[in-house]
Amino acid sequence: MGLDIRWPIGLMFTLIGALLAVFGLVKGAESVSLGININLVWGLVLLVFGVLMLIGANHGKKNPPSA
Amino acid sequence: MQAIQLQWIDYTILVAYVAFVIGIGWALARYMKTSSDFLTSARSIPTWVTGLAFISANLGALELVGMAASGAKYGIATAHFYWVGAIPAMIFLAVFMMPFYYGSKARSVPEYLKMRFDERVRALNSVAFAVMTIFASGISMNALAKLLHSLLGWDYNVALWISSGVVLLYVLKGGLTSAIYTEVLQFFMIVLGFAPVVYLGLKDVGGWHAMNHSLQSVAVNPAALYLKDAGTTYAPNAWTSAWQPVLGGASANPMGVDWFAMIFGLGFVLSFGYWCTNFLVVQRAMAAKNMTAARNTPLVAAVPKMFFPFLVIVPGMIAAALCTMPDKNYRIPPALVSEAAYAKAVDAVKTADATKPDAAVAAVHDAVGKNIDGVKIASLVAANAASKLTDEQIKQGIYNSVAENDYDGVILSLVKKYCPPGLLGLALTALLASFMSGMAGNVTAFNTVFTYDLYQAYFAKGKSDHHYFITGKVITVVGILLSIGAAYFASMYNNCMDIIQLVFGFVNAPLFATFLLGMFWKRTTGTGAFIGLFGGIACSALFHALTSVGSNLDAAGHVINSMKGGYLHVAHVFPSEMAQNFWLAAFAFIACFSFTLVISLATKSQKTDADLKGLVYSLTPKIVDNNVPVYQKPAVVGIVLLIVCVILNLIFW
Repeated sequence: MGLDIRWPIGLMFTLIGALLAVFGLVKGAESVSLGININLVWGLVLLVFGVLMLIGANHGKKNPPSA
Repeated sequence: MQAIQLQWIDYTILVAYVAFVIGIGWALARYMKTSSDFLTSARSIPTWVTGLAFISANLGALELVGMAASGAKYGIATAHFYWVGAIPAMIFLAVFMMPFYYGSKARSVPEYLKMRFDERVRALNSVAFAVMTIFASGISMNALAKLLHSLLGWDYNVALWISSGVVLLYVLKGGLTSAIYTEVLQFFMIVLGFAPVVYLGLKDVGGWHAMNHSLQSVAVNPAALYLKDAGTTYAPNAWTSAWQPVLGGASANPMGVDWFAMIFGLGFVLSFGYWCTNFLVVQRAMAAKNMTAARNTPLVAAVPKMFFPFLVIVPGMIAAALCTMPDKNYRIPPALVSEAAYAKAVDAVKTADATKPDAAVAAVHDAVGKNIDGVKIASLVAANAASKLTDEQIKQGIYNSVAENDYDGVILSLVKKYCPPGLLGLALTALLASFMSGMAGNVTAFNTVFTYDLYQAYFAKGKSDHHYFITGKVITVVGILLSIGAAYFASMYNNCMDIIQLVFGFVNAPLFATFLLGMFWKRTTGTGAFIGLFGGIACSALFHALTSVGSNLDAAGHVINSMKGGYLHVAHVFPSEMAQNFWLAAFAFIACFSFTLVISLATKSQKTDADLKGLVYSLTPKIVDNNVPVYQKPAVVGIVLLIVCVILNLIFW
């Protein structure tokens, strides 16, 4: 099927991760849970995950699987 | 409980997710040209995608809400649903059964039954499956709408129709492929959305060991949390060891289950019945692009599945542990009580005579309509008499003294406690994702079975493919409407987990006996399988009608709720509904197995050995996977996974 699911997954998590991290940065006081700025931390985790997915998808486009 | 106010950031995350899942449906719509594209994905999807979809399709209400509820009620032993149940069954499916499903070119599990046996077996199975799928879907939708109502104050009906509408949009556009692709996205959403909640919860209770330490006091006196009746006590490790309490017998563990019911009933019959024969999950593997990919699908799925207890059961354990820490000011959410009832109860406390606490307790009990903790109400009345409390404080006091728990609210109470705006939106989206993936899974399995195994087989043979393509789409809409109907039905019953198990017990438990005999014994006949299945389902119903659970009997020994069995006669009383379900499954399996065996021996098979090639183990050439690298050989991977699973059992022994 002509859609690599890594594209939408990567895009969505990059977007949501960036949003969450920026929200955590700007509204630090509202983002704290148990002393951690969890929005910033988790936003960055999601961002990294999203970017890795995008890299994977891009890699897959250049090297289409043989099967 | 006060409804949570969502902020714009939470809505943005939610909307972004919905936009992406619908977008995937739209992007795939142009590939949907034949009924096979729409209903079976034309066998074209890579392994890791079908593998993640395989577990995601099963990640409905059962998983997130039900497992957290069971984690609080039963502790780490709930992980048996994974480490005794799902994993061995998934490995068995991959190594032994997938070659027949995939190799036979059947488009569905009922169609395999038709090839192996005859039309009768297929008809029985497809009707039973269709009904069960609709119920599973409805239960899931009901749980979602109820949670959205209690957490966000959304209207039950609006929540139900909107979330169904989203699923309808993307399934109708992109068919099974769309369901499978969104399930992968949902898988990551669920894991990444709930992981921070588990992390924060564990941090709050002081880490794993501190949690286990607190759970010891829960085990010794579960009545303090209203988990069990007053006076019940277990060994300190009842919530923290997976095996020792079970080996101690039914009365030594909160599940009320003994080792035989656990291993044979849950591990062998229910789990193998579900994971190896339920078309909902098997359909994902059947959509894989080749035999190796199909066989590896359940194995890829088994890897994250094995570690899911840490994501879905540990939150329940955290909740139970939090209840023992007075400074955390937490309790498992009480059974839902309306605002009006709370207002009435507050008045009752305010007007109560402090010298007659019993009258106050009775008045509050009348107002709330639930069991209440009389000691707590009495001290609340005394405190109010000593110095006037605010209405809010009194309401909080009443909230804390409702002596019934709403276990399905456990996961959301933690989300509410730990998630600031932003993360809240993410966790909530994860929850929505799980419900949607479950529903989409049910709907795509339902439309395939209905279109190919009922409509094409019995109502409109030999029409053009376009005709079935359109039928598939219409049935998708019908399936969702029926699910919504089932959701309203399910809203009348409280614990969804037990109902699901009960339905699976009736339909699935006998089914695995049919497959086992059909796939591995060529002498099994169509008549034997048909009567065996019928007998198995009938025996399940009879078993349920003749047994009940202790909590379902009033003082005179009469049955209170006939949904919990015993409506004909109470011949045996089980300590818990779970024990009743597991024993029912074991009984149904043995009944179906015996019926099938005896009747097969007495009847003549209509199929020749040549007919059964590719359908029965002894008549099918062994798959030689010499050209497959070792790490992709299903047997090798299966053994490795089994070893890891045994190690997990030993760690939490």
